[in-house]
Amino acid sequence: MSKIFNISRREFLKTGAIISGGLILGFSLPLSAESLAKKSAKIFAPNAFIRVGTDNIITIIVNKSEMGQGVYTSLPMLIAEELECDISKVKIQSAPVDPAYNHTEWGHVQGTGGSSSVRSTWVQFRKAGASARMMLIAAAANIWKVDPSECSAEKGFVIHNKTKKRRSFGSLAEKASHLKPPKDVSLKSPENFKIIGKPTKHLDAKEKVNGTAIFGIDVKVPGMLTTLIARPPVFGAKVKGFSDEKTLQVKGVTNVVQIPSGIAVVAKDFWSAYKGIEALDIKWDEGNNAGLSTDAMRSHYSSLAKTPGVVARKEGEAKQEFMKAAKQITAEYEVPYLAHAPMETLNCLVDLKDNRCDIWTGTQLQTIDRNSAAAILGLKQENVHLHTTFLGGGFGRRANPHSDFVSEAVHIAKALKKPVKVIWTREDDIKGGYYRPMWYDRISAGIDDKGTLTAWMHTIVGQSVIEGTPFEQAEKKNGVDETSVEGANDIPYNIPNILVDLHSPKVGVPVLWWRSVGHSHTAFVVESFIDEIAHAANKDPYEFRRMLLKNHPRHKAVLELAAEKAGWDKPVEKGKGRGISVHKSFGSFIAQAAEVSVEKSGEVRVHKVICSIDCGRVVNPSTVAAQMESGIVFGLSAALFGSITLKNGRVEQSNFHDYPMLSMKNMPKVEVHIVKSEATPEGVGEPGVPPIAPAVCNAIFALTGKRIRRLPIDKNELKRI
Amino acid sequence: MFTLFINGIRRKVDVSPDTPLLWVIRDHIGLTGTKYSCGIAVCGACTVLIDGKAERSCQTFIKDIKGKKITTIEGIPESHSVKKAWIIEDVPQCGYCQSGQILQAISFLNEKPNPSDRDIDEFMSGCICRCGTYQRIRSAIHLASKLTAQGRKK
Repeated sequence: MSKIFNISRREFLKTGAIISGGLILGFSLPLSAESLAKKSAKIFAPNAFIRVGTDNIITIIVNKSEMGQGVYTSLPMLIAEELECDISKVKIQSAPVDPAYNHTEWGHVQGTGGSSSVRSTWVQFRKAGASARMMLIAAAANIWKVDPSECSAEKGFVIHNKTKKRRSFGSLAEKASHLKPPKDVSLKSPENFKIIGKPTKHLDAKEKVNGTAIFGIDVKVPGMLTTLIARPPVFGAKVKGFSDEKTLQVKGVTNVVQIPSGIAVVAKDFWSAYKGIEALDIKWDEGNNAGLSTDAMRSHYSSLAKTPGVVARKEGEAKQEFMKAAKQITAEYEVPYLAHAPMETLNCLVDLKDNRCDIWTGTQLQTIDRNSAAAILGLKQENVHLHTTFLGGGFGRRANPHSDFVSEAVHIAKALKKPVKVIWTREDDIKGGYYRPMWYDRISAGIDDKGTLTAWMHTIVGQSVIEGTPFEQAEKKNGVDETSVEGANDIPYNIPNILVDLHSPKVGVPVLWWRSVGHSHTAFVVESFIDEIAHAANKDPYEFRRMLLKNHPRHKAVLELAAEKAGWDKPVEKGKGRGISVHKSFGSFIAQAAEVSVEKSGEVRVHKVICSIDCGRVVNPSTVAAQMESGIVFGLSAALFGSITLKNGRVEQSNFHDYPMLSMKNMPKVEVHIVKSEATPEGVGEPGVPPIAPAVCNAIFALTGKRIRRLPIDKNELKRI
Repeated sequence: MFTLFINGIRRKVDVSPDTPLLWVIRDHIGLTGTKYSCGIAVCGACTVLIDGKAERSCQTFIKDIKGKKITTIEGIPESHSVKKAWIIEDVPQCGYCQSGQILQAISFLNEKPNPSDRDIDEFMSGCICRCGTYQRIRSAIHLASKLTAQGRKK
């Protein structure tokens, strides 16, 4: 049932089909500022995603968090295609928390992740657009007393085809709001797409260029205080005692509060809180994790890797066939813990009133965060209003099923009964955990005397990111966390005997999904090792893969495309090496060819990356290209520099000087080639990450003969002085 | 009490002398386009112009900027060739680092109106973009350079 109501109405209504103009305590995303300004406008709300104002402003409510992956552009494109409105003029608003906005594949959770936004809204959003268009057409047809079939819609107008009479959507909003949404909605045939498939620039670029885009860290409410938290030096350490005497003398500091995650210093502004933290004197009970060290973990993991784990995939008799093989190859690979390190550090603003709590934060998991807050406060879930801002990067860190950064802010607000914004420092972020797990892999292959791959055994060791979360049930099958083995248990290569098994040790380091999750290590291991086997069998690494992919045409097609564009058949420039990899993740098939050189100092230069992708039907080619560039940079930062290590239970890195990122001077030239496809749209936010590390390491091998089996690449291993 | 000239306006703030300019701008002046990310001048997100030159506001202290002119992203006109180029090249992803990137680029183009790729590497490498928009930033800088030159000819 659709309704129309005044834009000044503040509450989100229970039907789930109606939303106020986003007027939540005077804050809204700047994109909707214009529509809010016209207070006299009334709004037609045909469904949870579309608002048509009598002022002709069309607002699209997006239930996915915008963190750079472009959902505030690609998802509105889906609606605009069917609604027939001008995409460049729509306003975007972030969705409140409501079941109407739940993820279509995640049960009762509203959230963004798994490179699933376009795929999971592909039908839903187009239907929402089509349904609204049909109602607007019906409203016009009623006015003109003609049959709706005689009318069409174009660029925000309904047109009577014969007489060329036109009415704007806004002028029909009130009438349309009295109509029922149609039961049967048919969608356009792809050959009629006007927007989907066309390169479309980011709709939010302007506010991101002029500084008005509001991230969580930028939100302000009257009387707000800023909070920093002194966090444990060791994961799980507890406060034994503390003195806040000096802290309370710091000008601007108002309160010191002990909360589960540490000691919170509350102040009038950031700098006062910062100085207050420095003046704190805390005694910690360091607990069980005070002895943790990367070196000890490495030897533990390495011995575990030599023992059988829980079976994730078994085909044929890999062990026997391996023993019989003419040539046996075994290697061990290792990747470290990694921090997500989004540019905007974590933050959360909580404004708690008597029976209502408002939260502003850049989160990827709205329902879980909202519910955690309600549980802490003893409030009904519907009385906790979570407002999603722009996210200054997410990469999985803002999708924490443990709700760490929201819960702690709620605890402080509960204690103080004042609006508080918690800001994490970069040091908090780098040292604060929820890392991509450290992984250790032992992998073996058997080759017969003709160079054919006959057996493959892969043992994976690393912490489970889903253990103890609401996602455990869905992602754990027969004792195997699918997110630990993805990309390893589904290798596409035609090998008759395969065994993949898993150890999920329990370690006191908090872990989480990190852009591309399990694929971030499995692609490195599998695509490096297949290269090792190719060389051991005296075959060209590209041709070797191609031969083994005959039953996987989409893998094969992207591999061939990347090889062609990289000029694989021609020799590479002197002093450079070329490597290739292919990997499927989040439904998309990607191949990357990298050209590298190695300086005498051992420093690796990546000059060029050719990337081919088949992500099914492309909604926005601009986004696809941008996300491939982005994934390659993200993966390269990890391959060349990224490492979180522990010693005496303490994280040894603290900021970008010792946890560096790729910068302009290391940026390779990236070329993206998109395969035309009519298959269902698949993910693009993450799949660009996994193939880059093996492509680069395979190129290093081609150039130097040195196989890199541990990331980040250690330049000492490649030094020639 | 310190006086500062920011985006052409004179403002007085009551803060301690060791307060970083970043937090004066964000918390006391109330302009949030200038971003915090590292606090130790290694990422460039907090970049502002001080007397026209790009500086890291997280490591610039209020006591040291007496009489200097500060320009933040909000003080750059929409018609500026660098802002225009950023839109045309569709640079931003998450957008968080872009204020700093743009101000760094403006300062750099003032010094080198017609930069080479190598110049861009040298001048822009202090500004981290975790989304990896570097390739587009590079194109946008070249485009801004052209737009500025065309503007001069007119």
